[in-house]
Parts: sequence; structure tokens; C-alpha cells
Amino acid sequence: MAKKRLVLNFPPQLIDQPVTYRLITQYQLEVNILRASITPREWGRLVVEVTGSKENLDSGLKFASNLGVEIKPLAQDVQWYQERCIECTACTAICPTGALQLSREEMRVSFDHDKCIVCGLCLPICPYGAVEIMF
Amino acid sequence: MAKTIQEINEKIRRGRAVVCTAEEVIQIAKSKGAKQAAAEVDVVTTGTFAPMCSSGAYFNVGHSKPRIKLGGGTVTLNDVPVYTGFAAVDFFLGATAVPDTDPRNTIYPGKFSYGGGHLIEDLVAGKDVQLIARAYGTDCYPRRKLETWIRLEDMNEAVLFNMRNCYQNYNVAVNLSDRLIYTYMGVLQPNMRNATYCSAGQLSPLLNDPFYRTIGIGTRIFLGGGIGYVVGNGTQHNPSVPRTAKGIPRMGAGTLAVTGSLKQMSARWLRGASFTGYGVTLAVGIGIPIPILDEDMLLYTAVTDADIVAQVVDYSEAYPHYTSGNLAEVSYAELKSGSITVNGKKVPSAGLSSYVRAREIAEILKSWLEKGSFLLTEPAETLVSADSEVEFKPLQERPILNNNRVAAS
Ligand code: SF4
Ligand code: SF4
Repeated sequence: MAKKRLVLNFPPQLIDQPVTYRLITQYQLEVNILRASITPREWGRLVVEVTGSKENLDSGLKFASNLGVEIKPLAQDVQWYQERCIECTACTAICPTGALQLSREEMRVSFDHDKCIVCGLCLPICPYGAVEIMF
Repeated sequence: MAKTIQEINEKIRRGRAVVCTAEEVIQIAKSKGAKQAAAEVDVVTTGTFAPMCSSGAYFNVGHSKPRIKLGGGTVTLNDVPVYTGFAAVDFFLGATAVPDTDPRNTIYPGKFSYGGGHLIEDLVAGKDVQLIARAYGTDCYPRRKLETWIRLEDMNEAVLFNMRNCYQNYNVAVNLSDRLIYTYMGVLQPNMRNATYCSAGQLSPLLNDPFYRTIGIGTRIFLGGGIGYVVGNGTQHNPSVPRTAKGIPRMGAGTLAVTGSLKQMSARWLRGASFTGYGVTLAVGIGIPIPILDEDMLLYTAVTDADIVAQVVDYSEAYPHYTSGNLAEVSYAELKSGSITVNGKKVPSAGLSSYVRAREIAEILKSWLEKGSFLLTEPAETLVSADSEVEFKPLQERPILNNNRVAAS
């Protein structure tokens, strides 16, 4: 199994085509949409995590790119520095996916990288520079 | 059976004192009953780790050759300006000071990435910082320019001095407006989409001694990882606010002024903080031991988050314009559950004060007491309390008219 985090840019003419649907059905890829911004008649942008066999992944992405979808690896990544975090919990009410998570029993804060969609909402919230976006 | 501080200290010296944290005492009181618990427990330790803007530090950096009079001149440390209105080589640094080159909120919301709070953290971490000074030069202090690296251990004195700390309770902040706002209570989402609070609740020092019976001038405390002392009440000490039946203030009330040598403190417990769109501040770790003199003190320290309430205040309108009208009263148990209900709406709540770190401080203080390395103090003077009629005054503005040199009465 291979897993990739990608940014898919859809040219206007492709927006109403079921590209992701075909990636799922034809290539047996698991497509997890992390973020989407789609405006009719403009470029659309999907941030996805795609999982599947290496073979299917390669051919599926080739299929999409042949259609005109621009594919780039997700270059941004969020880093959480445990030693800088004071566990104030401020970010946990903002994080939309629960990547920054609070165990209420202990009031401890943790970060689950796999759940992070790099939305950046936590950055201005943390007073201690414990979360950073890396490019 | 009442105990005295001297008796408890004798037990601490012999390594026989029974010490527990403000969290542990809740269970002990529940299972043994207040009377029995009061007889068994000698000291309850508390803790808090939260941002406090009225923090600062004063320094004496020693005389240079030739001498320079920094007093009345300008001095920056890592570009952060300090206050020099003292003698030759003494100055005061405030936690919220930022370099003159910081854009502040001209690029809104400002990042405030480095300031006084961070500088204190860097110094305590043992880092070298840049001292740059300009002075006017006198016959006895001829030098007019000084640029040097300096670190904490090179200084004669480096003393944390917080004129206000350890707030007894605090507001819960929400934003009723339809735009995002940036406050000292954090980033508040429009239309009340989040709420922030800032207290360690049941672990917080002054909530465990609500009438300041044992905490007063001269009380020895855990401060910034080292040992410090209570100097007196903090600024804005406001003990006469409404209280619950158990005596707990329902809003911000008592405060403490504290001091201690920075040289024995650690960067884990003094952390610079950048509040987007608001400014720089310093998170300060404080822990205070509370002697269980009698059953009343035991009951005070057995306070739980469910017993402590705070007022929900709108920071888009009511707070900035200093108008009254609290939106709701909620308990810390609710706040810590992750959501509160305000005007029928469920609002996610999050803290600014670290409960985990507060617990760690209470544990450290407990270990110091158990080792016999930390003794309790009798306050030289207690703080004014609920019966004092101390008033919390707003500023009465009196306009200065053109050319007036004497205030109109
Ligand atoms: S960027 Fe921050 S707020 Fe957004 S998902 Fe990741 S951790 Fe959560
Ligand atoms: S806001 Fe920052 S310090 Fe506070 S819990 Fe989140 S990551 Fe940690």
C-alpha cells in the first residue's frame, strides 16, 4: 500500500467531471479529501490523501494528469513541537479535525499528524510558537 | 484541632509533614471527611501557569570601564527597550515591551514575535543577549555608548518583579460581533463560536485560600521554577466582589505582587508568549503552599471546579467600552468539559492557562516540602480581604483645557 498527500488543481473545463469518482472506482484508490475549494468556471483545488497499491496509484495519477489535472505533492506540513507546547488547550477548540486534541481526563494536549489538513487555523492561536507550517 | 505554622514547619523539617496537592485533597476530604482530613493533612500545594502581562524584571549590569550612566539614557536588550529612569546601571524590563522596529498592529493582526517576555525567557535559559546603550555623558560617567553581549550570570542582580500575578479568578471571553477579534484572551471567533478562560480553577492558589488567611506579605512561594516571595497585594487587588456561599469570588478579585531572583529560575516556568494582534506577554509559573491550620482551611482547599464560577464577557463591545452586562455565569467544570451554554447557544471552550503545568507545579512544591527543603512562612501582614471595602475604581477623566497649568477643582 502506498499513500500520498497531494494538491490537485483542476482546470475550469474539468471541474464538473467525476475525476475523483473514477480514481476511486477504476483504480481502487481511497481518496480522502482534506480540503477543497471549487468555484464554477475557475480552477478548482483539492487537497487529498490518496491510498492504494503502488501500481494503481501510479496509473490513477497518470490518468488524472492526462486529463489535464495538475498534480503536486502537498509541500506544506504542520509541525507540532511538544517541548514548546505548554498544553494551554487554546488551539484545541479551533482545530477542525481534532488533529490537535485534548484528553479531558488529564487535560493533556497531543497532535495527530495524520488528521491535520494544514488549514493553518491554529497558527495565530498558539502564543508559544508550538505549531509551525513548513514549506 | 488547630495547628500553627511553626508546628507544621517542625514536621516539615523532620520529614514528617503530610503534604498533598489541591487536586488530591478533594478526594481525601471526600473519603475521610473534613474534620479527619484537616487533622491529617498539614499542607496543600497549589499551582498556576498562565500569561500575566504585569510581569517584569530589574537588573544591575555592573559598571563598565570607563563608566556610563544608563539612567536617563536609552538601553535595549535584543532590541527590546528597557526603562532607565534609575541610577547608573539599574534598569527595568517589562514583559510587554517590543522592539521599536516591531510593526505592532500596523500590519493587522500583528505577530509580536519577540518582546520582553521572550527576553526574560532567553536570559533565564542562559542565552547571550545584546545590550546597546546610549547615554548623555557626565563628568563622573563620561561614556556615551556601550554595545556588548551579556548574559544573566554576568549581572550583579537580575530579579523578577511582577506587580500583578496570580489572579484569583477571571473572565470567560467571547465575541458577539460578526468579525474575528484578537485579544489578550486569545483569538475570538465571530458570533460566539468559541470561549476562552484563564485560570487553573481548583488548583489555583488564591482560589484555595479565598480570604487570604495564610497568603500575605512575605509568603514564600514557587516562582518561575525557583523560590520567590509575595511582596503584597498585586495591582487591581479587588477583594470586595460578589462571592459564592463558600466564599469564592465569582469574578476577578484578589491578586499578588511577587518577586524572586531570576538566577535560580528556569525557562520551563517563564515563557515568552505572543498573542496575535495583541502583544507580547510572559507566562509565569507560581505555586503556593497552604497550611491546613484548621478545618476551615481544609474546606477551602477542597474546593472543586464545579464550585468555582466565572462571568462570560463579550470582548467585542462590553469589555473594550467598559460597559457592564455579563452574558452568563459558568463553572470551571463546565469550561473544562469543552463547551458552555451562553444565551441558549453551545459554545466550545478552551483555556489559556495550563492545567497540566499547574498540576506539575503543585507536585514539585509538594516534593520540596516532603524533602524538608522548603519551609512555610508566617505572613508579615495579611492582604486586605472581602470586608475591606476596597473599591476598584475606573479612571475619572478630567479634560485638560488649552493653556491650563493648574487643574480645575
Ligand atoms: S493546521 Fe492546525 S488547526 Fe488545521 S488541522 Fe492542522 S493542526 Fe488542526
Ligand atoms: S495553543 Fe500552543 S501551547 Fe497551547 S495547547 Fe495548543 S499548541 Fe500547545
